[in-house]
Amino acid sequence: MIAYRAIRIVQLGIKSLLLHKMRSALTMLGIIFGVCSVIAMLAIGEGASYEAQETIKKLGSNNIIIRSIKPPEDTSSGSSGGRRSYVSEHGITYKDAGRIQGTIPGVGSVLPMRIIRENVIFDQNNIPVQVIGTHPNYPEMTGAAIMRGRFLSSTDEGRQANVCVITVSLAERLFPYQDPIEEEVRLGADYYQVVGLLQEQGTEKQRAQSGNMEGQPLDSNIYIPLSTARSRFGEVVINRSAGSFNAEKVELHQLTVQFHNPESVEAAVPQIESLFQRFHKRKDYEFIVPLQLLRQAEQTKRIFNIVLGSIAAISLIVGGIGIMNIMLATVTERTREIGVRRALGAKKKDIITQFLVETVVLSFGGGLIGVMAGVIIPLLVSHFTDMKAIITWWSVILAFSISGLIGVVFGIYPASSAANLDPIDALRHE
Amino acid sequence: MTGKPIISIKGLEKLYILGEVEVRALRGVSVDIEEGSYVAIMGPSGSGKSTMLNVLGCLDRPTAGQYFLGDENVATMGDDELSDIRGRRLGFIFQSYNLIHQLTVVENIYVPLFYQGKDLKDYERHCERLANLVGLGERLDHRPKQLSGGQQQRVAIARSLVNDPLMILADEPTGNLDSKTGTEVLNLMDKLNEAGKTIVLVTHGPEVAERAHRVLHMKDGVIDREVINRKFEPRKQANSDWLSAIEESLGLKTP
Repeated sequence: MIAYRAIRIVQLGIKSLLLHKMRSALTMLGIIFGVCSVIAMLAIGEGASYEAQETIKKLGSNNIIIRSIKPPEDTSSGSSGGRRSYVSEHGITYKDAGRIQGTIPGVGSVLPMRIIRENVIFDQNNIPVQVIGTHPNYPEMTGAAIMRGRFLSSTDEGRQANVCVITVSLAERLFPYQDPIEEEVRLGADYYQVVGLLQEQGTEKQRAQSGNMEGQPLDSNIYIPLSTARSRFGEVVINRSAGSFNAEKVELHQLTVQFHNPESVEAAVPQIESLFQRFHKRKDYEFIVPLQLLRQAEQTKRIFNIVLGSIAAISLIVGGIGIMNIMLATVTERTREIGVRRALGAKKKDIITQFLVETVVLSFGGGLIGVMAGVIIPLLVSHFTDMKAIITWWSVILAFSISGLIGVVFGIYPASSAANLDPIDALRHE
Repeated sequence: MTGKPIISIKGLEKLYILGEVEVRALRGVSVDIEEGSYVAIMGPSGSGKSTMLNVLGCLDRPTAGQYFLGDENVATMGDDELSDIRGRRLGFIFQSYNLIHQLTVVENIYVPLFYQGKDLKDYERHCERLANLVGLGERLDHRPKQLSGGQQQRVAIARSLVNDPLMILADEPTGNLDSKTGTEVLNLMDKLNEAGKTIVLVTHGPEVAERAHRVLHMKDGVIDREVINRKFEPRKQANSDWLSAIEESLGLKTP
């Protein structure tokens, strides 16, 4: 009985709306755009922050990464003409690595890295690379995979052996026709035997997006034992670029400190900071704490969502005002009908229901179409561009229920003004 | 049930306040209308005729006085109760037909029942019978715009009958019609009255009023004089199956 009545009222509402198809369609358009933009914007925002978070997660949420940087007061010294033999001495030292390992609680392992720019030569091929002097635990700590052969061993480290591991992409360019394993490549003045091939984690995709200007892939790396790097290349790194010359003495370029669990990471951050403040007079280091970055990214995402959400919500409200406007006009136009219905026994609440249902049908209908458009648009965006879009179920529910709510909120005023018309005046209305 | 007053009005007053001016539209009207009778109300504009119609139609409450419709005291009713009694006890026929555009003939006839919470599927046959009665049996699914004025007014008559009202209130039912269609509509109303329906008609036209048993002439908010056209003879007993009776008198077969 009640269900039948409800169906009848909705049918009646649809009939009345179909009487003015164009007007109803235009009115719905506001809600369609509103709902569609809520879902699409949130999906695209969600996708963007997902990608950022994935990148950070790759750094490892149990890690703290410390990098050597040129302290601020040194940055201009390289180009100032008169000081020919100036060598900038800064950065993380071997002692820092030892201190962290020895004094900070919860530290699992420490991975030091020396990064030197050099050209690797094999046969006719001469390719600029990053030479990374590091410890045997590099693959475990960074998630890099050994594709062939082996990684550097602690024996290599102890013997300062002239062995190296190269990345797969470098091997493809350096050894187009040979098997690289056991070949000897020249780095600077010495020869190194290739003992393994390695694939860095997640670099394939990054390379595709951001191959750098010189056309050198980001993962053209050669890994050699840290002890070998120290003895063969010394501590002073000389950069010659575009005719200028600067030298810097850096012991370690990067130190990855791995902790047993994320809780220790947070406790350790201030401790490592104070340790560095004590032994470094200048700020020649920086910390990267993926865990904190992750939190910041989440925070940013939240703000992003709020901003996007409120822009979209405003368009929904504008749509709602459009509906209210049309319904007010409709009430005026249908005053006579209201009077007739009242004369034939309709109570005020029947009139309210009738007009409210019409508004809600408009806004729900708009909401439904908007949801469809809002689901399709992000799919198209992620299909035709590199942008990732993730449609969250809650944004769909949110947008849809807001559209319904708007129908009710913006429908109440026109409906009650219809119901409060005096039946006698309404009947006489021309 | 025979000849007893279906409407009993005593000392009815209606006071409007328009800005600073008080308008006494009704100044103590008393009248009884018997069941099954046909009463016309006439009077110049400003005579209180429209106000009388509004009060009789339970669209407006009197300022003072008594109005019994059947055994219900309308004068003390609230808004929802008035809506309810209009839907249950009254049938309206307006000058400008006042059908609802978006509904079909059958749906228009059904409207008063809808507001009493009755399902169309239970009353669809009843509505179709009424449409047939007024000669629109072939146009059940037409919309008002597809009908002529006379046809629309006949739909309105069918609608006024759907709830089996105590009284049909007709406000200038032929005002928008040419004389031929107007006569057809009035003939139909005569048939309804013959079948036992109580009709109260408001009109300017003396030839329309002639069809009624009694004509009440209003002036300055009171019933100035009353003319008896023909004697009203109450039925011996109430006609419970008035619909079949009219169908028979019109020579219609029950569809």
